[in-house]
Amino acid sequence: MKQSRLPLVITLLLLAFFYLPILVLVITSFNASRFGTTWEGWSLHWYRRLLQEREILHALSNSLIIAVSATIVSVILGTTAAFALHRYKTRLQRFHYALIYTPLVVPEILMGISLLLFFVAIGMELGLFTIFLAHVTFCISYVAMVVLGRLQDFDFTIVEAAQDLGAGWWASTWRVLLPLLAPGILAGGLLAFTLSIDDFVITFFVAGPGSTTLPIRIYSMIKHGSPPLINALSTLLLLITFMVVWASQHLTRESS
Amino acid sequence: MIVRITQRKKRNEWLVTWPSLFWLSLLFMIPTAIVFMVAFKPTDNYGGIGPGWTLETLRHLANPNYPAIVWRTVVQSFLTTTICILLAVPAGFFIARANRFWRQLLLLLVIVPFWTSFLIRIFAWKVLLHPEGLIKQLLVFLHMIGPEVSLLYNSGAVLLVMVYTFLPFAILPIYAAAEKFDFHLLEAARDLGAHQWQAFFRVFIPGIRRGLLTAILVVFIPALGSYVIPDIVGGPNAEMIGNKIAQRVFVDRNLPHASGLSAFLILAVLVPLLAVLALQKSRDRAAPLIQEDA
Repeated sequence: MKQSRLPLVITLLLLAFFYLPILVLVITSFNASRFGTTWEGWSLHWYRRLLQEREILHALSNSLIIAVSATIVSVILGTTAAFALHRYKTRLQRFHYALIYTPLVVPEILMGISLLLFFVAIGMELGLFTIFLAHVTFCISYVAMVVLGRLQDFDFTIVEAAQDLGAGWWASTWRVLLPLLAPGILAGGLLAFTLSIDDFVITFFVAGPGSTTLPIRIYSMIKHGSPPLINALSTLLLLITFMVVWASQHLTRESS
Repeated sequence: MIVRITQRKKRNEWLVTWPSLFWLSLLFMIPTAIVFMVAFKPTDNYGGIGPGWTLETLRHLANPNYPAIVWRTVVQSFLTTTICILLAVPAGFFIARANRFWRQLLLLLVIVPFWTSFLIRIFAWKVLLHPEGLIKQLLVFLHMIGPEVSLLYNSGAVLLVMVYTFLPFAILPIYAAAEKFDFHLLEAARDLGAHQWQAFFRVFIPGIRRGLLTAILVVFIPALGSYVIPDIVGGPNAEMIGNKIAQRVFVDRNLPHASGLSAFLILAVLVPLLAVLALQKSRDRAAPLIQEDA
């Protein structure tokens, strides 16, 4: 049977479309030229300059503090939420599901402005803590969806077997269920971490003076800063992303 | 005895439900409700929210500039969604039909841009479209455009970058639906005399309907709230509602005005959301609310 080649061609063109801009960015980051328009040879000049930027390191440390704490809290809340949604089929859970699902489709700017208004209304000072609260809020839904996906493939007879063999609710949860679900929970945590460390829009709305995160710093560099430095920074971040994706793929494969 | 078991079951249900329920009620539901309230509040002199109630913001929203911006927001989001779907359907079809090795590799290649920094992907396009960037120089060299044409800071650049950032979101649910589709049905249709294209449009497309609806939803709704893309690659003539909200917050510090615009955006988002949910519900009642992507 003759197949149309159109889907193949479109898929290949799409991949070129996806990766061309990233590739150009990476290559120009090694360009010695100040303006990046003409090629003046390979150089690590911009990477050395990057290391001297104290503000970037400070922003990075802020981002890491928020990402780690938001990941821990959202993994706990997202995992319990997934258990509830999977285990119980009540009206309460239908409402719970809607509450978990809606933040996934709401435009980020709406979540940003509504949290800003909330913090202003209750008189809470904007800073790292408000950013943390905001990040947990949008990460819960993603963690819950990833863990829920894993629970649907999970063989619960194993837990029942443990209980038949005398394990209590607590022991069967801690010693059987959670270890078996660990790859799924870890994958959810990894997603939460990446989303948190990359978030700009919501963070920009709820950040205060002195709570600059890496994306906020990158944004102001894009608006006012020197392009070669952003190229170098972007390349480093892309490298980290590829490693994280590779690790998460590894986790997914092991669990399946 | 039975009563006690049901009580314990209820207690256990609450134990795992209340943490997320409480958090999202406090930090998602209440803040969304506050958006509608603040729209009817006056500003104070310090960029905060004043006491009492007023219709001042509603009068400001009658600003003659707004209809054009709303229209542009809807058109850009509609075009983004259409282009994404037109590209994602053949891509999802191809990936789902590939063998195991290629399927996993292609899927990974689609997901990686989804994990990379949003700002960096936009910045990459700014570099490419820049007057001294690769694409501009190539097009001038090929005599396709004159050297005076600007590729940046217009609606076309915004549309291009929106398609670029939203495309993975469209491919994933369409692929997930296509993967479950029984491709023998296409062969059956051809055996019964359908042309290749007829089989594609009348058997495959209805077969992945749920994935298509999810893809439309996850592209169109976030597109309506776009703010960073028009901010970085668009100019004053390519602004969308999101830019106006951000300007009211960061430039004029007029929070009631910003919340008036946001309340309008929430209503604009609800229309397609409820439409798609109703469409899904009417087609298949037994299935869960919305199918989760990938």
